[in-house]
Amino acid sequence: MTSPITEQPIHWAPGTYSRVPYQVFQRGDVLAMEQQRVFEGPVWNFLGLEAEVPNAGDFKTTFVGRMPVVVTRDEDGEVYAFENRCAHRGALICLDDFGNAPEHTCVYHAWRYDLQGNLRGVAFEKGVQGKGGMPDGFCKEEHGPRKLRTTTFCGLVFGSLHDDVPPIEEFLGDEVAARLERVLGRPVEVIGRFTQGLPNNWKLYCENVRDTYHASLLHTFFTTFGITRLTQEGGVFISEDGGHHASATYSKVREGAETAYAQQAIRAENQELNIGDLSMLKSVDEIGDGIVLQILSVFPGFVLQQIHNCIAVRQVVPTGADTTDLHWTYLGYADDTAELRELRLKQSNLVGPAGFVSMEDGAVGGFVQRGIRAAGGEEAVLELGGHDTQSQDFRATESSIRGFWRAYRTHMGL
Amino acid sequence: MNLDLIALNAEYAAAIDDGRLEDWPAFFTERCFYRITTAQNHAQGLPAGLVYADSRQMLADRILSLRKANVYERQTYRHLVGLPLVRGDDGEALRVETGFAVLRIVRGGATDVFASGRYFDEVVREGGTLKLRKRDVVCDSSRIDTLLAIPL
Repeated sequence: MTSPITEQPIHWAPGTYSRVPYQVFQRGDVLAMEQQRVFEGPVWNFLGLEAEVPNAGDFKTTFVGRMPVVVTRDEDGEVYAFENRCAHRGALICLDDFGNAPEHTCVYHAWRYDLQGNLRGVAFEKGVQGKGGMPDGFCKEEHGPRKLRTTTFCGLVFGSLHDDVPPIEEFLGDEVAARLERVLGRPVEVIGRFTQGLPNNWKLYCENVRDTYHASLLHTFFTTFGITRLTQEGGVFISEDGGHHASATYSKVREGAETAYAQQAIRAENQELNIGDLSMLKSVDEIGDGIVLQILSVFPGFVLQQIHNCIAVRQVVPTGADTTDLHWTYLGYADDTAELRELRLKQSNLVGPAGFVSMEDGAVGGFVQRGIRAAGGEEAVLELGGHDTQSQDFRATESSIRGFWRAYRTHMGL
Repeated sequence: MNLDLIALNAEYAAAIDDGRLEDWPAFFTERCFYRITTAQNHAQGLPAGLVYADSRQMLADRILSLRKANVYERQTYRHLVGLPLVRGDDGEALRVETGFAVLRIVRGGATDVFASGRYFDEVVREGGTLKLRKRDVVCDSSRIDTLLAIPL
């Protein structure tokens, strides 16, 4: 296979995960190669939630890397996905974010597709008044947008373009699957969606999500207002191939179902720096294991967060070498009480583009992207906690970021 | 009344655009509702917000956090607020709809259209001045560039 890396080779010492050449965040040829080898490689890409397409004919549009994708539920109850590209001349087939349709017709020349992405109709196939039409040998079965394999896990829909992708349970591994199930093992409802445009390469956000110790340094909301302590117990699990991770922070004070953030907030050392309305911070240990914060990633671009009672999934979608769209979907459980739902809505202040503990993440990737503009052959340093990609029972480590690069290098063949 | 509504919006915009963020909560009643959401969420009846507050204190807390805890590049807004459209009056509160655009000027950057949308307000008279009992900020676009620190 001819390498699509055409500009110049990337110098990256084999087996090294504690150094990352800045060029991988900058080059368009790297992004093109990522489309082939990562997003269309043997991975499961997050496409959405089953709850977003509950009924036959329901569809949503999304992306696998740069590839536009239609996700539909057919009459057989299964979820299907296919490239959102007409097999005729390449136009988008589906132009809405969400909807319901018995079939999909390209607006350009009315080529018609069923809900599984099979080409069913071609306008003027037999010509007009006996003139024109498609040649006799034209076979609709031989034409169609690329189809994705789909699978579901805990209400999440994943898609893959690769023949050799392992079953989802194997891809995730038992530990990550269990941590996903911990949060998404019950029916959920979408309570809001936001897209955050990030001024940086998509991998800088993947690093940020796996960076288990930047929070106490960059996001100073909790520490400024004395709501959590750095001594809170926690740790990070990293999957065998390095690509997935799950970090957890335990409540320091366990007092049954109700934890004590509000009380901790009152005990802030600087009395002038107090949150006045503590209703947002009254967290409920609804899962019952004392974990107040879990961030989980699935390679390449999926994130599940549980920050107190604020649950959301995030999808990382590259839109260029130095731009990314981050799609946030905020969730509640279908059986939420009114009080619990209200608490989730209030805690949504913590996350997202305006979140007290996350707004900085929208900008910091851009600071890197701008900082490295002239950095040529320089490299980032990722040595906190060593050089390897092992799970650790503390969070002051860059181990899970190194894990991402390990999986990335494996897929990219770099 | 319309002139009073125009003045309310002008003062509101000036407080934010001049960087007097501490003055911002005072435009609301003590029990109030303030949310920033998108037209898509609004149309689909999805309740979550980028910002979601049900008390004036929560608005003051947000400003305190912006001043003391949150990290963001120096930036200012320029609000362009349309004329208020009174949609209803139940004797206690006016229901008012007002279009807006917000330009954002980030350090070293261009002046960009950051947001446009509508304020869906409930306005009450409190001690002779108009206060917002509710301001639902519904942005036309679902996409927020980089971050939303300063309120809309």
